[in-house]
Amino acid sequence: MMDFVSAPWPWYVAGPVIGLFVPALLILDNRLFGVSSSLRHVCAAVFPAKLDYFRYDWKRTGSWNLFFVAGIFVGGLLASHWGSSHDVAISESTRFALTKLGIHNFSGLAPREVFSWPALLTLKGFVSIVVGGFLVGFGTAYAGGCTSGHAISGLADLQLSSLIAVMGFFAGGLIATHFLLPLIF
Amino acid sequence: MSAELETRPQPAATTEEKAENILLTYFLFGIFFGITLTKSEVLSWFRIQEMFRFQSPRMYEIIASAVVVATASVVVIKRLQLKDVSGEPITIPPKTLGHGVRYAVGGTIFGLGWALTGACPGPLFALVGNGVTVMIVAIVSALAGTWLYGLLRPKLPH
Repeated sequence: MMDFVSAPWPWYVAGPVIGLFVPALLILDNRLFGVSSSLRHVCAAVFPAKLDYFRYDWKRTGSWNLFFVAGIFVGGLLASHWGSSHDVAISESTRFALTKLGIHNFSGLAPREVFSWPALLTLKGFVSIVVGGFLVGFGTAYAGGCTSGHAISGLADLQLSSLIAVMGFFAGGLIATHFLLPLIF
Repeated sequence: MSAELETRPQPAATTEEKAENILLTYFLFGIFFGITLTKSEVLSWFRIQEMFRFQSPRMYEIIASAVVVATASVVVIKRLQLKDVSGEPITIPPKTLGHGVRYAVGGTIFGLGWALTGACPGPLFALVGNGVTVMIVAIVSALAGTWLYGLLRPKLPH
């Protein structure tokens, strides 16, 4: 039992649990599971700038999502204290490939050589965090959803639009991994 | 008169109380999702790299089983015409396909960012909770990206 708290979850636990958020939110309040709309709600609340895209009652339609993502942050906080501080056990071949990119510290959830405040001043840190974050925000808004909204919820509802989006996700991810990373690392 | 008062049913929670209760419930669901993201390691840049290099089945197993469970749940909900907790019928509005451009192009742009940050929106928030505080910068940058989409939207093909 303690192992369940401290060890990472096997895929057959993690996957179904994630999938169950779809019916859970539908049954709770007819909400479609998704996270990226939170970014739109924050923009609408803080800096709508008279743009049509942000002209809507964000308090009425978006509050649920803002509370949800606030919970995600707290969940991360809680889980970080329950886990054992083992490394993410990635495959040897990935470790080797990343070593060739210059990664030597495999502790934690993300490499400190890239994802740390000092690394922001390096090319790989700046591009990964600032440019990467920007592309996430722009892309999810343009596509109207992220992995939870399209890959999980959208596919669960058999939406063709979500299948196209997911194909795009992977195309972009493969391009960045195999062509962009070698340029910036 | 007193007999009437005794047999009257308890008043339901006021609309405001219900609204507060449900927001708290979303917050709790969010906590559980943040825990799930962390324990499943899907928020780890290392795992995302593994996925895009096809060097482990783990991420694919997680995504596939999540989609299978979610799809089966939606089928059950629709077949049984289930209603939500407040009694409203559950409906999922279909997304407009249009030319599909927004999904293909937007999706690819997001995919680039997903591989670069090693995170999608949910994981960004969970990572900050896990102590990778520099992802606050990624979130602010993501907000800027969403905002720019709002600005360019009338000119972009959808």
